[in-house]
Parts: sequence; C-alpha cells; structure tokens
Amino acid sequence: MYATNYHRVSSVDEATRLASANGDAKFVSGGQTLIATMKQRLASPSDLIDLRHIAALKGISVSGRSVTIGAAATHAEVASNAALKAVCPAICKLAGGIGDPHVRHLGTIGGSVANNDPAADYPSAMLALNATIVTSKRSIAADDFFQGLFSTALEDGEIITAIRFEAPEKAGYAKFPNPASRYAMAGVFVARGAGGVRVAVTGAGSDGVFRHQGMESALAGNWSAAALAGVSVDAGSLMSDLHASADYRANLVKVMAKRAIAAAG
Amino acid sequence: MGVEGIGARVTRKEDKRFLTGKGRYTDDMNVPGMKHAYFIRSPHAHARIKGIDMAAAKAMPGVIGILEGKQLKADGIGNLICGWMIHSKDGSPMKMGAWRPLADDTVRYVGDAVAVVVADSLAQARDAAEAVVVDYDVLPAVISSVDTLKPGAPQLHPEAASNLIFDWEIGDGAAADAAIASAAHVTEMEIVNNRLAPNPMEPRAALGIYDEAEDHYTCYTTSQNPHVARLVMSAFYNVAPEHKLRVIAPDVGGGFGSKIYIYPEEIVCLWASKKTGVPVKWTADRTEAFLSDAHGRDHVTKVKMAFDKDHRITGLKVDTIANLGAYMSLFSSVTPTYLHATLFSGQYVIPAIHANVRAVYTNTSPVDAYRGAGRPEATYVLERLMETAARELGVSPAELRRRNFINSFPYQTPVILTYDAGDYAASLDAAMKAADWDGFAARRAESEKRGMKRGIGMSCYIEACGIAPSAAVGSLGAGVGLWESAEVRVNAVGTIEILTGSHSHGQGHETTFAQLVSDRLGVPMDSVSIVHGDTDKVQMGMGTYGSRSGAVGMSAIVKAMEKVEAKAKKIAAHLMEADEADIVIEGGTLKVAGTDKSLPWFQVALAAYTAHNLPAGMEPGLKEGAFYDPSNFTFPAGCYICEVEVDPETGKTEIQQFVAADDFGNIINPMIVEGQVHGGIAQGVGQALLEGVHYDTTTGQLLTASYMDYAMPRADDLPSFKLSHQCTPAPSNPLGIKGCGEAGAIGSPPAVINAITDAIGNNNLTMPATPEKVWAALNAAR
Repeated sequence: MYATNYHRVSSVDEATRLASANGDAKFVSGGQTLIATMKQRLASPSDLIDLRHIAALKGISVSGRSVTIGAAATHAEVASNAALKAVCPAICKLAGGIGDPHVRHLGTIGGSVANNDPAADYPSAMLALNATIVTSKRSIAADDFFQGLFSTALEDGEIITAIRFEAPEKAGYAKFPNPASRYAMAGVFVARGAGGVRVAVTGAGSDGVFRHQGMESALAGNWSAAALAGVSVDAGSLMSDLHASADYRANLVKVMAKRAIAAAG
Repeated sequence: MGVEGIGARVTRKEDKRFLTGKGRYTDDMNVPGMKHAYFIRSPHAHARIKGIDMAAAKAMPGVIGILEGKQLKADGIGNLICGWMIHSKDGSPMKMGAWRPLADDTVRYVGDAVAVVVADSLAQARDAAEAVVVDYDVLPAVISSVDTLKPGAPQLHPEAASNLIFDWEIGDGAAADAAIASAAHVTEMEIVNNRLAPNPMEPRAALGIYDEAEDHYTCYTTSQNPHVARLVMSAFYNVAPEHKLRVIAPDVGGGFGSKIYIYPEEIVCLWASKKTGVPVKWTADRTEAFLSDAHGRDHVTKVKMAFDKDHRITGLKVDTIANLGAYMSLFSSVTPTYLHATLFSGQYVIPAIHANVRAVYTNTSPVDAYRGAGRPEATYVLERLMETAARELGVSPAELRRRNFINSFPYQTPVILTYDAGDYAASLDAAMKAADWDGFAARRAESEKRGMKRGIGMSCYIEACGIAPSAAVGSLGAGVGLWESAEVRVNAVGTIEILTGSHSHGQGHETTFAQLVSDRLGVPMDSVSIVHGDTDKVQMGMGTYGSRSGAVGMSAIVKAMEKVEAKAKKIAAHLMEADEADIVIEGGTLKVAGTDKSLPWFQVALAAYTAHNLPAGMEPGLKEGAFYDPSNFTFPAGCYICEVEVDPETGKTEIQQFVAADDFGNIINPMIVEGQVHGGIAQGVGQALLEGVHYDTTTGQLLTASYMDYAMPRADDLPSFKLSHQCTPAPSNPLGIKGCGEAGAIGSPPAVINAITDAIGNNNLTMPATPEKVWAALNAAR
C-alpha cells in the first residue's frame, strides 16, 4: 500500500468538499474491494474519505412496501433486518450470502453498488427490484445506473446515500459461486412487482450486470421455472475465463434463474 | 499405555501458543538495526536481461542498498543445486542448467528473482523497487511439458538440449511389453496429474544477520530442515562456512515439502546482510508464494495395464513426462523417479513393470516434492487404472483389487522396494464396512429420485515412508544420508531435554516425542522438553518430510534413551546394591525387580551429577546421543472410499461421505494421526476438485496468483471423515511406526475421481474436476 491520507467525515457535505479539494481522493465505505486493491498497489488514492461514520447514510427503513436502505448499511445489517425480511426476504438472503462473515460486517450496500463489480451480487438486485440509487446530487434509476464493468452513472465526487425500492410481490435470488473467490459466477435475481417481471443477471455478462428480456417475457405470462424451459441464453454476450466458459455460464444463468423462481415461490 | 504414554490421545502441548497467537515465527523475529528486503522479480516468463538501471532508485528515501546478480556472482555465491543425481537410461548424468540466486543474464519464469532492495521499511523498499528499471529482451516461452519437447520449442538452458533433463527408466521393458502383447485384456489410459501450489499458511521468510565482529552469520528461516539448509548454504552456495553459520527454523506454519528446499531468498538475505552491514529480513506475500514456492505434481502419463483371463495383472507399462519448471529444485529429480516409479507395484502382485520418466524444463516455477511427492502421482495412475479396468472387465472394483493383492511378506516388487508388512484386505474390508458399500445401490436410487447423480469410488494406496536407508539412497544418487539424530539430556533434577534433528512445523512433535519419553520412564510429559530447529542446539539432523519423523526421528530418540536408561540402571544398581540386570524402570522409578527397593528417577539423575557415589570408573552426567539409520523404508497402506453426489444441472460435486482405513503400524497419538489424515484428505480433495496452477500458455503469466483464482478447499467443501486404523507394525524400526503425514493426500484424489466418473458415466475427466468440467463430461456422456 502506498501512503494515503485518511479522513473520517461526519456529513455528506464534508465528504464532497474534501473530495473536490483533493483530486486523487477516493471514498471508502466498507473497503472490501478498495483496501485490498490498495494493498496490492493497484490503487493509490492521495486521500481516503471514510463514509462509514455519516449518520445520514445509516439505517434501514420500511414503510408499507417502500424500502430505504442507507448506503452505509452493511451486508450483515441487510441480511438480518426483520422489517426488510418481512417484505423482501430475497434481498436479505442475497446479502447473507456475500463473502464471509468478516466481509458482511464491513462491506456496505452503497460501496458494492458504486463499485459495480461484474461478479458482485447487489447490482442484480438493484436492476431486478427497479431500485432507485439516491445520491448526494440526484436520484438515478438502476436501469440507468449500471454502465458496464466497474462503471456507473456516478460523477466525480458524487456519493450514494441510499437505495430505495418498492418491495415486489415475489422475488428470489440464486447464485453459483466461483469455486475460488466465491463471487457469483452466475447470479440471477428475479422479481415480480407492480411494474411487471424483471430478471437481472450478475457474474456472467461480459459487460457486467444485465436484464434478460427473454426470461422476463416468459415469466410475465407464467411465473414458474417451467416457463424458462424454452428460453435460450445467448453465450455470445457472456464472460469466458479460467473458471467458466461462456457456454457453461449460459447454462448456469438458466439454472440459477429456475432456482431463483423456486426460491421466490 | 498410560494417560500420557504411547497410544494416548494427549492434547498438543504446542497448541497453547499457536491458538493464542503467541507462536514465534521467522517474521516475528526483530533484531536491532534490522532492515527490510524486497525482491525485484521478472515479469516475463523468458527474457534476457540487457541492463538494470537503479540510479534513481538508490537515491530514494530509506534505501540502504540495491543488489543485483552480477555482484552476487562476483562474490563467489554459487548456483542453487539439485541434491540427487539421476542418470538417463543411456548412462549420461542429468542435464542441470544453472540457477542463480539472482538472475544476472536470463530470467526463465515469471517471479525469477533479479535484484533485491534493502530499505528502512518494506514500503520504502517496494517504492524503490518500482523505480528500478530492468531492460528485458523478451524471448518466447514454453509452459507445457509436452510442448517443451517438441522440435522448435524455446530452449531454456544450453546444458539441456531439447529441454530434456533426463530420460530415465526402471523395471523390465521387454517383460512388460511381452505381458501386454499376450494379455487377455489391456486397460490403457492417459492421465494428467495437475500442478499444485503448496500454500502453507505461513509464507516463506528469512532473516539474515551478519556479525562483523565475530565474522559469524545467523539465518532465521522457514525451513523443514535447518541443518540441511546450513550444510547446503555453506558447502555449495559459499554463503558462509558451516561452523560460522547458525540456522534457526523457529515456529514454522506448515511446509508440505515446499520448505525443504533452500531458495534464493535466504541466501540473498545472508549475503545482503554482509554487503549492507545490517540485518536483512524478507517475508513473502501470498502472490510471491504462488510465484516462487516450489510447486508440486505436473505429470502427463501414458499407461497400459495387462490382465490375464482370470483378471490377474500381468504387466504394467508407464511413460511419464514430469515438468520440473525453469530450474531443478533441491530434490526435484528424485520426486518423479525413485519416489514415484518405485511405487508402481501398488498393493498388487504385478510380475512385470516398466516405467519411463522424462523430466523437462519449462518457463514455470520450479517443481519439487509436495505432500506425498511422487507417491500421489503413482497412486493416482494405478488406482484410476484399477477402477477403469474393473469397469471394462465388468467386475467389482473391490474384487479386482482383492484378487491382485500381495498377501505374503516380505514381498520384493519388480521396482526395487521390498514390502515388509501389510494387510491390504483388512483395510479394504474395514473401509467397505464403514462406507456401507452394499447399501450404495439404494442410496443411488434415492439420489436419482431427486434428479441427482450418485457415484462411489475407491483407492487402495501404498507409500514408501520413513525415508530412508542412507546406503540405499546413496546408491540411487542421493547427495545426503537420510538417518536422524537425537540427544537425550537428563538434567540433575531429572527433567529431560530431547534434542532432535526432526523439525516440527505442524506435526506436533513437542507432544508425541514427549509421550515416547513419558511412556518409557513413567515420568510426566511436563518434565520433558523437545528442542529442535536450531543448529546451535542440535548438532545435526536431516529434518522432517517423507513421513519420517516418527519412524526415523523417534527411533533415534529410542536409541539415545536406551543408552541413558542403561547408564541410569547401572547407577541405580550401584546405589541399591543390586544386580544391574534386575533393575526395571517404571512409574518414574528404578526398581529392583522382585523386591520393594526403588529409587525415584530424579534421585538417580542427581546422583549422576553429584558424582559422589558412582560405580567405579563411570563418568559423571546423564546425557547420550544417537544416530539412527533405518534398515528399510516403511510402507503405510490403506483403502479410501469416496461417495459423491453430482448436480447434473451445474456439474457441482458434493462429497457425501469419505472413508479412510489406514495401516500406519503402531500409533503414538491417535488424535494427532487423525489430524494428519484429515489435513491430507483435505489437500487430496483440493487437488481432485478445486486446486490447479494455471499459466497463460503464450505469455507464461501465472493466472492463479491469489486466492481469487486459486481455489483452496474450505471446510464446507468437505464432509466429516470416517477414519479407522488397521495395524501391522513396521518390522524395520523399534517402535513399529510407519508414518502418517502424507497418506491422506496420496490416497484421496483417485477415490474422488473414481466416484465422480462412476456418478456421471464418463471416465474422461481430469483434475481438478471443477463443476464446468463435470458438467461438460456429463453432457458428453449423454
């Protein structure tokens, strides 16, 4: 790790002011990606601005079926929140399956969404739940937020403050973990809500998280694993690497989608 | 057995410090004035070094010095050596290319050390290393052991034409060919044994300290054999004279073979300490460990096994290419030859065996012995063959094995070894009973109802341990003897210090060795200390590997104890005015048999040191040493059964049960033995399902350089193991011990793969059997 200046801030304003004053500054939340990257000397921010102690970013609130998750909520907090579990157990299950207990008690939903790792779990939930990413400047629809590998609509100095979504009638998540890293090699989040059926895939797309229109159409008419039997998943747009070929990932996407439907009930 | 004696499940004495974070490892050693080393390593798999520009780096904050290979050569530091001479079948000696501790002309794998930066802090050393500019002329690289032998392949060393190190054979080729030609059935396979990274929990580290006033060197290092390290560093590398070099291997966090070898870094740290005038410490990070620890396995084998009409094996013919990487590591030559091909008789009567092994250079990390060392490769070949043959012949895999078992001992195999004891059917029976073999069909039917594929597979392994009779290994090319030493120092108050040349890096010697002494004398274990790992304390030793510390290391202790006990009996007989032959030692006392006369152990020890009343002519003191050289290898053997369920939709394998029935001869501490078997199976299952070193085949970049890409087994990849022990004591050593350190890693991979191939109905599957490979194999079989 290169030397860096650490700042603990207590408000979003303070964080954005510091960021604009230090061109090579980076925000850190749980640090589960950034700190490891810095240790390998692959990232060298001049300043680290720690968002974890901003009260406004904390907490999970559920009002009716409207959910607001503070950006600094840890995966463990999301996994164990009773009110959230009552309206959207699928996202609690997803959070409870990220990494290991150490990761879950440090990593945050805001950090994961902002990082947009193509194998992270949360981006699929954001897309499938039609979530709104609330930032220090604006609100961004998930469909507009994720823009490719590690790329998002966030501008320099813009901070995610919360995630908002309407809990769907039904939702489910299933992932097949990479045997080494245990990140998703294919993860599928399915949701059926007021706006219809949404199916989002993580871990597999060569351009990051994506929605699968074919499965959405099939499930819109028939919410069952059987409805997916005739749907084809195009391997052409999927990743191929040491751990899984695109063809195998295409198979996994379909299998995980069926299992996500089964989990959703 | 007493509560602390042989056979007792004593909890480990060393665990308190390990479990409370109080272990003292090489990286925990800090001495005044100590500075930090960072190695500059080649980013290329094969390149010429045109020049190194370190001017800017030398001026950076905290930099003490930056040293390169030319200086090392100018100071007369020698090439790294391979300590076992193998001759090709044409009689020529193996072709060893030069391995410089710091490359000064050519780099031959990604990670090859080129220069070292010494600085006040590690961060400063790394900063300066980034400012050093090494000008490389990149050359084509070759990664695969098959490709490297092809005409036109990039050439690694001028000494080794066609990248061939040796072309060696063992056994009777004509007899094996004749058996195959006249066979009723021949099973033929091509078998790949995947390359593994050893992954001890503690990465390698070294601290070199040069004391100018005394002209003396000290090296703390992560070694399984500190005395061998001292010998090799002084006799071959010319780092320091042996009597002026102290090597200390303190607590060491696992080795699995990878810490047997003497690597460039400890040589360079000692040399750099003298050059810079400061103590120099280096600790590998995990990626450095992946790059520079000696890897294991990496064999490609073609094999034929011949059977007669009664399903008896009549011949075996093996052709193996062993990838030794870019340089010959310390024992790299013996691993694929005498530790591998001598095991091709397995547990079976095989009248004709021939094995040919070609060892080759490639632009990859050096390969050497890793837990099992040649024996897992041989076992994998044989036990995949036996299972495959059983399927081809339409007979039970258990019965095919049973029919061919060796049943009378001693048994001379056609490949050097003489098995001295064993009962292979006993382990087979025990394993099949524990696995409820007969109930498998019902379990498979139940799995099928759930849409799952269930399979069962077995493996009957044998290994040659207790390494090794010195004259025998010398005649086969070993550069060292493989005896062990021990010294028993009885203090004046009767407490006992055992100095041993064995080294404990996870094996629990501080417990088991103390149990041995407690058992012999009837004194509490707490009165026994085990001293190891320091060349200033222990005079000489050969270290710990090859499951040798029980069979060889403890036998040396027995020999030294016998001498101590004989002297103690003489003193006791003198003090009690009894006949020496009537003295027995039990319960911490020396008794005159058949009388009520006795003396406590401590009183005899005290008498030895006060020397007020000793037998005429006896020297004072109670301290004896012994060297023990085994008369034979030992032959642990057993039967492993694995039962798996495969999810046909994803190819994911889940191990439903794993049974290990092992004959380790006599056992000192069953709990520690079980721990060894658990760990070994975890590594074997890791090899079978998860682990594999991968290089980019064009650039030679290591693709599995962290745990993001190299899959280590985790607890949830493994079931609870069902273990049992059968016992035929080893006749060759006084304790009847065979050794247990490697069996788990040797016996398990074929059992796992045999189970998966049974489940999916396709025998064409390589390790690691990842979900994708199993899924593809399942689809191919449909």
